[in-house]
Amino acid sequence: MHPAPSVIFFTVFSGIGFGLLTFLGLGYPAVTGWSAFAFFIIAYLCAVGGLISSTFHLGHPERAVKAFTQWRSSWLSREGVCAVIALITMALYGAGLVFFGQRWGILGLIGAIFSLLTVFTTSMIYTQLKTIPRWNSPLTPAMFLSFSLAGGALLASQVKWAMALIAISGVIQVVVWMQGDGALKSSGTTLATATGLGTKGDVRAFEPPHTGTNYLLREFAFVVGRKHSMKLRIISFVLMVVLPVLLLALPFTHWLALLAVISHVGGALASRWLFFAEAEHVVGLYYGKR
Amino acid sequence: MTTLPHSTTKKLGLVIDLDTCVGCHACVISCKGWNTENYGAPLADTDAYGSDPSGTFLNRVHSYEVQPPQGEAQLIHFPKSCLHCEDAPCVTVCPTGASYKRVEDGIVLVNESDCIGCGLCAWACPYGAREMDAVEKVMKKCTLCVDRIYNENLPEEDREPACVRTCPAGARHFGDFADPDSNVSKLTAERGGMDLMPEQGTKPVNKYLPPRPKDTLSEGAGDIDILAPYLEPVAQEAKGFLGWLDKTLEKL
Repeated sequence: MHPAPSVIFFTVFSGIGFGLLTFLGLGYPAVTGWSAFAFFIIAYLCAVGGLISSTFHLGHPERAVKAFTQWRSSWLSREGVCAVIALITMALYGAGLVFFGQRWGILGLIGAIFSLLTVFTTSMIYTQLKTIPRWNSPLTPAMFLSFSLAGGALLASQVKWAMALIAISGVIQVVVWMQGDGALKSSGTTLATATGLGTKGDVRAFEPPHTGTNYLLREFAFVVGRKHSMKLRIISFVLMVVLPVLLLALPFTHWLALLAVISHVGGALASRWLFFAEAEHVVGLYYGKR
Repeated sequence: MTTLPHSTTKKLGLVIDLDTCVGCHACVISCKGWNTENYGAPLADTDAYGSDPSGTFLNRVHSYEVQPPQGEAQLIHFPKSCLHCEDAPCVTVCPTGASYKRVEDGIVLVNESDCIGCGLCAWACPYGAREMDAVEKVMKKCTLCVDRIYNENLPEEDREPACVRTCPAGARHFGDFADPDSNVSKLTAERGGMDLMPEQGTKPVNKYLPPRPKDTLSEGAGDIDILAPYLEPVAQEAKGFLGWLDKTLEKL
């Protein structure tokens, strides 16, 4: 799959932003006034910034409001609805903390639930696709949710939670990579089933439909980074999991925490790039690619 | 709109005969021609005369080589367009309701004025039947020439999809799969029409007729043997320098 920068930024930053909103909604850290204001600004910059960046890959962003209508069937629509509910609820809850010094716990709880639901619905957009066997697994929501909570805990300065959640997300990430590498094969979809010619003999793509490229090849048969995938996995894992945990294990200072955040986000961006670049869409089979 | 209908009154679709298709790409051209000039946004070409030409097509012809365990390899031309699936995954993922499957005839269409160009339907389609237009930024797909098949301004013989109308080999057939006596239902039953990627669970309406096995070279060899005695090689053994060379090399 083509790794569109807008979607990589969107999923990473909105994931971390909604993760932070989850912790704030549950009252960790228990802040009010200006320090609450700072936490909420960071959370909204991440969450809303990510959502806005996701509209950059739309062909017609001016019609985006129509995407709220099909929540009964579409995960993408559900994501939009959940995000708006979460952002509005958390804005009211945040206003209570910042301006009135009051913690309206029920609002916070509802906001936290919808923040997590937003991340879950985002992950389901990818998970639902049978055409991309690497994503079509319960591990995909597990990965998105664990990343979101780990990043949220890190930004919420919940050091112990952050260390534990980052470690958990690291384990899930490794399982995702290991399981994902065999996903296309175990899906059973091959050039033989794609053409229906497998019963006759060995099928080989002989000639593509055209000499140039097309939308399908650009979008679905992205193979540029695959030869470096092992190196990128190691870099991503070190930045996202190993370094932040080590930095958090040291005596706490804000500078070390900032370094841990930068390292974790950098690693998460690399991991999300791989999430797209390594994903094989079955339509590539028709072109003799994967 | 993005939920699928439980059943459709008609099931309009195509039968594509892989035994008959000669790979001329006439269906590709007629499809592009009709659908650029008629319903919906035109099908854009970018850098058409430059070094990196690319364009939107609703129908493309691949070619595959099939090597059976015994016998000659076969070259099979393979036209591919939207299969108008009964369980179309492209429809249910649409966040705006722009993608829908019609209850009356089962055609899967895109309402272009509602399409936000998110591309998720193309991700959900295993067949590569949907392409985002590079200029109009909306999703394009086969409409089964919905603006031809019901068009009373056209002569009756033209009221079928452009690809079917133009195919010089008669490799494409259009009809109603819900009617067991229709041409397409009969063809599918007679020739063992098959689904593409059945494991994806899309229940495609379009069916593909498998190619018949190729004639073997040895069969019928006896029929052309009348002149064979006159065509026997005259020079059985090499003479002169080449004959000497042949013998000498044999001895080595």
